Amino acid sequence: METNLETVFQDKVDQEIKIEPKDWMPDKYRQTLIRQISQHAHSEIVGMLPEGNWITRAPSLRRKAILIAKVQDEAGHGLYLYSAAETLGISRDEMYDQLHTGKAKYSSIFNYPTLTWADIGAIGWLVDGAAILNQIPLCRTSFGPYARAMVRVCKEESFHQRQGFELLLTLSQGTEAQKDMCQDAINRWWWPSLMMFGPNDDASPHTAQSMKWKIKRFSNDELRQKFIDMIAEQVKVLNMVLPDADLKWNEERKHYDFGKINWEEFWQVVGGNGPCNKQRLDARKKAWADGAWVREAATAYAEKKLMS
Amino acid sequence: MTIRKFYYGDYGESKNGAADISSANSSSGVGSEWPLWEVFIRSKQGLDHKHAGSLHAADAAMAIENARDVYTRRMEGVSIWVVESKHIHASNPDDADALYDPANDKAYRHPTFYNLPEAVKHM
Repeated sequence: METNLETVFQDKVDQEIKIEPKDWMPDKYRQTLIRQISQHAHSEIVGMLPEGNWITRAPSLRRKAILIAKVQDEAGHGLYLYSAAETLGISRDEMYDQLHTGKAKYSSIFNYPTLTWADIGAIGWLVDGAAILNQIPLCRTSFGPYARAMVRVCKEESFHQRQGFELLLTLSQGTEAQKDMCQDAINRWWWPSLMMFGPNDDASPHTAQSMKWKIKRFSNDELRQKFIDMIAEQVKVLNMVLPDADLKWNEERKHYDFGKINWEEFWQVVGGNGPCNKQRLDARKKAWADGAWVREAATAYAEKKLMS
Repeated sequence: MTIRKFYYGDYGESKNGAADISSANSSSGVGSEWPLWEVFIRSKQGLDHKHAGSLHAADAAMAIENARDVYTRRMEGVSIWVVESKHIHASNPDDADALYDPANDKAYRHPTFYNLPEAVKHM
């Protein structure tokens, strides 16, 4: 019986028929998705923090309006994804709890600080750029609610990257100090952005199963290479450089070669020892705790209205 | 042991491997969640409302307000319906064959089933 169901399931996936919440699915598939989607949601929510940091200090009303819209989008993306995860049987509170207790992770990139205004540009261009490359294939992922949420996310994400590049472009045409700020932000965000794609394929043993289930469609290294090829060209428009002495076009491979990624740093940040891990988690927990009375009051008010 | 399983949106976790959906042992008030609502949006006048997603809210009024913020930030809609998720009843995917197959052999319900002479116009 079990094998039969599994065969039917895999057949559907192979034929590109979306799996919906009430369809039978292997437990591992369900758990993998719950984890991936909820952690993706956590990343959107925690991702608001480094950028929210600059809303009050945006250099113009135009930039401030853009940044608010972007941060508001991230909140929306988090909510789309939490809803998608809930269709798999986990509650919102459980997911929050996993985030707040440190059981669930979020993208390590958000454990780096935003030191200057140029960081907002670098995040849009590099961090959102890397996110988009990862997210586009997810629009075709095999689980229906996740795929539909990602379509919405991708539609909205494109302005995030463009506003970031435009911001850096403006700085790159400014004073010496502004140019230096721009280069400095690129220097600090480049390597962490490359780490966003995850470890090398040979160190990512579960990729095969996720490929088979069509949760994932490209390997970490494929996507990373695509990103590098793209950014290595775009950086020329900014008249800036990427902080990698080994970055060089390889005519034979038709790709850019690049230097060694510091995986030690990656594991340190994943393990909780990044520059801002504690600060980010504390901010989330505080927001949740401070909002408790609002949640309770709204519930009480709803009940009171029902009575009257 | 930490399961190291990393791809986009999945960053591993620090305790027990895969998300355990049965573990509701938290101190953060699990069970006090606002109810879940399904959101339907009419994208423009004359079209039907279409399922957009879901959200939590204390009551219907708040659900509509939140739906506006979450699902219509870019003029995606001109009208919102919300219905508490517990009121939605769905057909069982396992019944799909029994429910939808009988229509398969009734091709005569479609206009293309009928062959008419070329001479017949406007039909």
